[in-house]
Amino acid sequence: MTLLTDLAGALATGQVRVVDLTNTLRADFPVIVLPPEFGQCAPFRMEKVSRYDDNGPAWYWNNISMNEHTGTHFDAPAHWVTGKDLPANTVDAIPAQDLIAAAVVIDISAEAAANADFVVTRDFLEDWEAKNGAIPLRHWIALRTDWYKRVGTPEYLNLLEDGVHSPGPDASAVEFMVHDRDCVGLAVETVGTDAGQAFHFNPPLPAHSILHGNGRFGLQCLTNLDKLPTFGAMIVACPLKIEGGSGSPLRVVALIEGEAT
Amino acid sequence: MSEPLIPPKKKDPLLNTRAGHVPPALRSRAAKAMAARAGQGRFVLQACEDCAHVTYPPRDRCPKCWGALTWQDQPRGAVIEAETTIKASTDLFFRNHLPWRIGSARLDAGSMAIVHLHGDVNQGDRVRMEIKLDRGGNPALFALPEKETLNMADDPQLRVFTADPKYRRILVTDGRGPVGQAVAEALVKAGAKTVFLGNNDRLMRYPGQEQIEAMEGIEPVPLSIADSRSTEALAAQLGGRVDIVVNTAQHTRGGGVGFGGKLSDLQTGLDLEVSGLMRLAQAFAPAMSGRSDDGTNAAAAFVDVASIFGLSGKAGYAGAAAAAAARLSLIAGLRGEMAQTGIRVMSVLTGPIDDAWHQDIPPPKTAPVQIARAVVSALQQGQETICAGQVAKEIFGRWQADPLLTIREETQ
Repeated sequence: MTLLTDLAGALATGQVRVVDLTNTLRADFPVIVLPPEFGQCAPFRMEKVSRYDDNGPAWYWNNISMNEHTGTHFDAPAHWVTGKDLPANTVDAIPAQDLIAAAVVIDISAEAAANADFVVTRDFLEDWEAKNGAIPLRHWIALRTDWYKRVGTPEYLNLLEDGVHSPGPDASAVEFMVHDRDCVGLAVETVGTDAGQAFHFNPPLPAHSILHGNGRFGLQCLTNLDKLPTFGAMIVACPLKIEGGSGSPLRVVALIEGEAT
Repeated sequence: MSEPLIPPKKKDPLLNTRAGHVPPALRSRAAKAMAARAGQGRFVLQACEDCAHVTYPPRDRCPKCWGALTWQDQPRGAVIEAETTIKASTDLFFRNHLPWRIGSARLDAGSMAIVHLHGDVNQGDRVRMEIKLDRGGNPALFALPEKETLNMADDPQLRVFTADPKYRRILVTDGRGPVGQAVAEALVKAGAKTVFLGNNDRLMRYPGQEQIEAMEGIEPVPLSIADSRSTEALAAQLGGRVDIVVNTAQHTRGGGVGFGGKLSDLQTGLDLEVSGLMRLAQAFAPAMSGRSDDGTNAAAAFVDVASIFGLSGKAGYAGAAAAAAARLSLIAGLRGEMAQTGIRVMSVLTGPIDDAWHQDIPPPKTAPVQIARAVVSALQQGQETICAGQVAKEIFGRWQADPLLTIREETQ
């Protein structure tokens, strides 16, 4: 148990710091908007049961409701039709061992600031690797866009008359992440792992389609990816164990190495 | 002519608020039957099935022959035979509103009645009679000038029986849709001082936003009645100065019960329309009730716009009709509660609204502007139930005549 004892010590001294990657679940946090002919994603709701009152004089608690994909959330492979027949494809069946993994952070914040529709391609990733080093195998690949800084403004969803405009990968990039770098999943600050306009890509919605079709996960609506190093962070992302669930809101944290205090 | 209402001054915080008493409330079942009809804007009196004698006040049997009485619509004309001014009263409500003019009216329908008088009505005048509901929801005969007079709606005695939007501060819950926008615009045109217009997602644009939010008298406010915290937060800001609440929230989605209905749509609709109505009532009703007789700045009414299919059900729109039914039930309950405090609770019943969510229903449909007109009219008349547009009127008429047949017609 030396490793964990060391980790406990590092956490106590601040040599390992915990970065919260989670947006607060609140009623006005935006959810994905689908065309009206489809069912919609329910936002977060909270009804008080009691707060030290006649319904419960010494206790405070609420009933909450939401979609599985509301707020900072986890996408299981069963979320997408391409992953529907995979084994262990729902949140309750995913092995717990897979819920903690290292992360590599790819910073596309400058490109995203210049172009909300910036598309990450295989060429872009290979170029990135040439400058930063190879994306390690079995990592979460986190796309830092600084999109979380837009939370609370219309520019977060960025829903214009021709649809949503937010950055994301194309099929070549996702194929590369999955098949060449064996990623655990794709972690993003935007509302979806796919680009806002990805419905119009060929093939459409490549991140959802390819990631989940190959048993990989998605993490969305993250914050603070700019607080993580390019290499060396460890992401802890444990969705609720919902029977047959396609995903779940969750508290995502990252462990990073810092200076001992 | 009546003295024109002047825009109310801001309240002197050192003055006590006048308690919202209601006139004597205990009534017979016959009087409640009269109230139910009066609430629809009808002028009805009881007529004897045997001797045709028309009688007032409401009774259980004919005072002439003991025959059975039925409610019948009657001619509205009358002549004021005598008038008097009440200068003292032991009743807590009238004590605060003295002097109060009443008179004896010889009704064209054939009987004499003690009636409340409009300020422009004098002894010997031909008048137009209405049955108004008082602040407690009970029926009262009110004599109006036969022809419109200057500032007629501003008469202080008449204003006690209405919830006229003039100079009032009004909350319209859903400004994102065409109904809420039409209602808000109509209320401003009817003289409302401010219309607080709810927006349940300030980060998301909506059609008509620029025009409606630029209109003088419209003040956009964040409000999602599907969210308790949002509703409570707005009530914390506005609860003490909203005079009228108009709930225009709708979530109409097609689908049946066993076939084609989506449970997620039903859940969303019930949460918005039914739980939302309760959230709204619990957030705003208590504060409004405390200021129901606070001079010209008094809180006056809670209006709910709901589908007429809440009475009958509707094939292909089962969930939406169920939400409307629950809404009508809640609003009836709220009416009973608010009657004790002097706040009017009104239902505006609509046919299928001419919007994107009723594309499958062939015309005629109900235009948002018709709903807006009905809201204003209900407030100006003090009417409890009003149908917006011909479709709702027609269905309401059929439902009154034969509820079970109408349910069958609308669902089969």
